Amino acid sequence: MDKELEKILPLVQKPARYTGGEYGQTMKNKAEVELRMALCFPDVYEIGMSNLGLRILYECINRMDGVWCERCFAPWFDMDEQMRAHGLPLTALESGDPLSEFDALGFSMGYEMADTTVLEMLDLAGIPIRSAERPNLTPLVFAGGSACCNGEPMAEFFDLMVIGEGEDADCELLELLRKAKREGWTKAAFLKAASAIRGVYVPSLYEPVYNEDGIQTDLVPLDGAPETVTKAIMEDFEHSVFPTNQIVPSTEVVHDRVTLELFRGCIRGCRFCQAGQIYRPVRARSVETLVQQGKEALEYTGYQELTLSSLSSSDYKGLSQLCDGLIDYCEPRGIGFSLPSLRADNFSMEIMERVQKVRKSGLTFAPEAGTQRLRDVINKNVTEEDLLHSCAVAFSGGWNGVKLYFMLGLPTETDEDVIGISELVDKVVHCWRENASNKARGCRITVSTSCFVPKPHTAFQWEPQVSREEYMRRVKLLRDTMKARSVTYNWHDDETSHTEAVLSRGDRRVGALLESIWRQGGYLESWSEGFRYERWTKAAEECGLSLDFYANRRREEDEFLPWQRLNMGVTQAFLLREKHQAEKGVLSPDCRHACSSCGAARFLKEGKCNG
Amino acid sequence: MDKLRLSYTQTGRAIWISHLDMMRMLQRAMNRADIPIRYSEGFNPHAQISILLPLSVGTESLCQLADIRVRRDVDIAELPRKLTAVMPEGIVVTGCWEDGAKAAELQTLEAQCRWEYETEPTEEQLCAIKALFERIELIVQRKTKRGEGPFDILPYTRLLDIRSEGKSVILRVLVSAAEPVVKPELISKAVAENAPDLAPAFVRCTRLKLLGKDGKVFK
Repeated sequence: MDKELEKILPLVQKPARYTGGEYGQTMKNKAEVELRMALCFPDVYEIGMSNLGLRILYECINRMDGVWCERCFAPWFDMDEQMRAHGLPLTALESGDPLSEFDALGFSMGYEMADTTVLEMLDLAGIPIRSAERPNLTPLVFAGGSACCNGEPMAEFFDLMVIGEGEDADCELLELLRKAKREGWTKAAFLKAASAIRGVYVPSLYEPVYNEDGIQTDLVPLDGAPETVTKAIMEDFEHSVFPTNQIVPSTEVVHDRVTLELFRGCIRGCRFCQAGQIYRPVRARSVETLVQQGKEALEYTGYQELTLSSLSSSDYKGLSQLCDGLIDYCEPRGIGFSLPSLRADNFSMEIMERVQKVRKSGLTFAPEAGTQRLRDVINKNVTEEDLLHSCAVAFSGGWNGVKLYFMLGLPTETDEDVIGISELVDKVVHCWRENASNKARGCRITVSTSCFVPKPHTAFQWEPQVSREEYMRRVKLLRDTMKARSVTYNWHDDETSHTEAVLSRGDRRVGALLESIWRQGGYLESWSEGFRYERWTKAAEECGLSLDFYANRRREEDEFLPWQRLNMGVTQAFLLREKHQAEKGVLSPDCRHACSSCGAARFLKEGKCNG
Repeated sequence: MDKLRLSYTQTGRAIWISHLDMMRMLQRAMNRADIPIRYSEGFNPHAQISILLPLSVGTESLCQLADIRVRRDVDIAELPRKLTAVMPEGIVVTGCWEDGAKAAELQTLEAQCRWEYETEPTEEQLCAIKALFERIELIVQRKTKRGEGPFDILPYTRLLDIRSEGKSVILRVLVSAAEPVVKPELISKAVAENAPDLAPAFVRCTRLKLLGKDGKVFK
């Protein structure tokens, strides 16, 4: 281990974040490696190591001969400070080598608020932050993940982005980079060739055009670049890589357990939900494969906990058999099996009771909106009756509290809808009184609201976010009407919601804003320790940009959208249909009841989803 | 077969694993190696593993001991190899036996401290360090579970050997491993508090061996 690193480790919190050496890490002989890749996660170790996508890609890339993939996470503030004070560059965990020596850095972008962290990590590695300032082929700096479905805010920093699922696309890209490196290609030649790979978006090959009002009117493909970039997907999800030989962190991480991925995509189609759209088409794994993967991963890692993950796990067709299969394995071995938050319907509660007969972990429901009218607008197909029934089952089964998630500021929301939340909560409290098996323990209801952030590739991508003042007024209205003592109310702050809205639908000019925020010290902004709204307003002033222009402006239906060249599967026509249905307050069926022709099924050979 | 004692070394990157993380890690490693560890009864069953003298973060050890309880007989000769194969880098299980000595028999720890300086230490500095151990008392502020307070380390610390090596001073010490336990890192802290000009820039301690009340290696 580096001597300088050893000297600063005693000075920082949780040094095990920075040392690597965990069981299950992949070590290769540098002399036999032709291409070195670092998977970079723009958040701390505990968050990054909880990310299943990162683990999948680590496995995929390390299966390539002659390619060694390592990991790198963002240092916490104390470590960042020490590294700068001692002139230590950012290094990869496995080898301890500086990132600047790598051929490729691939950033995992799941959340927009991590954008400035990328800039800090590059700078800490001694690598220029802008793509144009990196003339050489290597290190190639690229990104992937759901936040890339609008690539524009980070377009000037990344050399390219992999849109969609990276398992095959990343490997194809690295294979091309290996060839380019062998044959001494220029960076420009490589980027041009890379743009032909499905899922690869090379921002420098597209030129944004704005009108006199500052509204983007086009993103012109240059030099024969594709008109649209179609996301990469794993058509055969049943057989796509799931790492059962996972790294077991030597220090506690957020999700410290085996997580099984049941399916990709979602049959529900909630109109505010980006994940529900961009991961389509729906593809499921078989029960047998999942049980086998669960057993193998538990045996390899020694974990004592197992959970399931998908966008809506209770929609998995074989959930009942899967639970039986996993319980049969876990119970005699003392392995805890838990379910993620489920839909508030009968079927889910029946499974929940069976799985969680020993330990009662928290129950979370997300009705999202307080009235049926608004739930219909957002296509959240849960009724008050469903919710109260699920709560009744839970309370009579020994649970003494639930968590309820709502959004404020949804399109068409009125004060009646806001007050509807507290009315619904009152009914849940009443339901507890009627059904609680043990009233002596008291009742704990936690209500959380966040401010709706309109997202690209959703039916609400044209909608304005409500102003910060209006959101806080609605928070106050709700707080004033929610009187029950057993209810705790938490709300997401207006400032981060506003900045999220700027980034999620930002155009390429937002890059300058990000750089300015980072230069003012913005880093790890998804943590309250790293976020200062004043930096954003100051940066906006400096760059001559308006945050409200991005967050609070209604887009016309025929307006060009900065993410329009990225084809995520669902068509613009479908999203417009959904927008109009929302305006009429009409529900759309889930994919199993009827196909709404979203367009994603084109990506599958038979043209049919496998939900 | 019920109680087993394991010895292991913790060096390299593994010295940054905290005690709590180590306990979690050991439990998972036992599962990986298919060692039938016993669990406590009760609502939140936990694995029956305990580490005899927990290691401070950043300290190396060539003589760590842990006790485990098993549900059925295991091949003791095979266990160290099996367990080492599933350990993170830097942890090597060196032995396993039944009937370990009682923890109350544990008396002292022999350790090596490497104190690094900015410049090569002179003969005078070496003598000055040695002289510190010959004082009547050497008081250091010590933090324990019961709070912080002054503590004289000398009755519980013996200097066995001191020499210089490049820019470092290498000390071999014997410290108390029974109540009151003196961590070898505390010695350099005592130096920093009593003779700041002798304080090293960087310290790396290594536990060498544990000794029992009978003066023999504690097993």
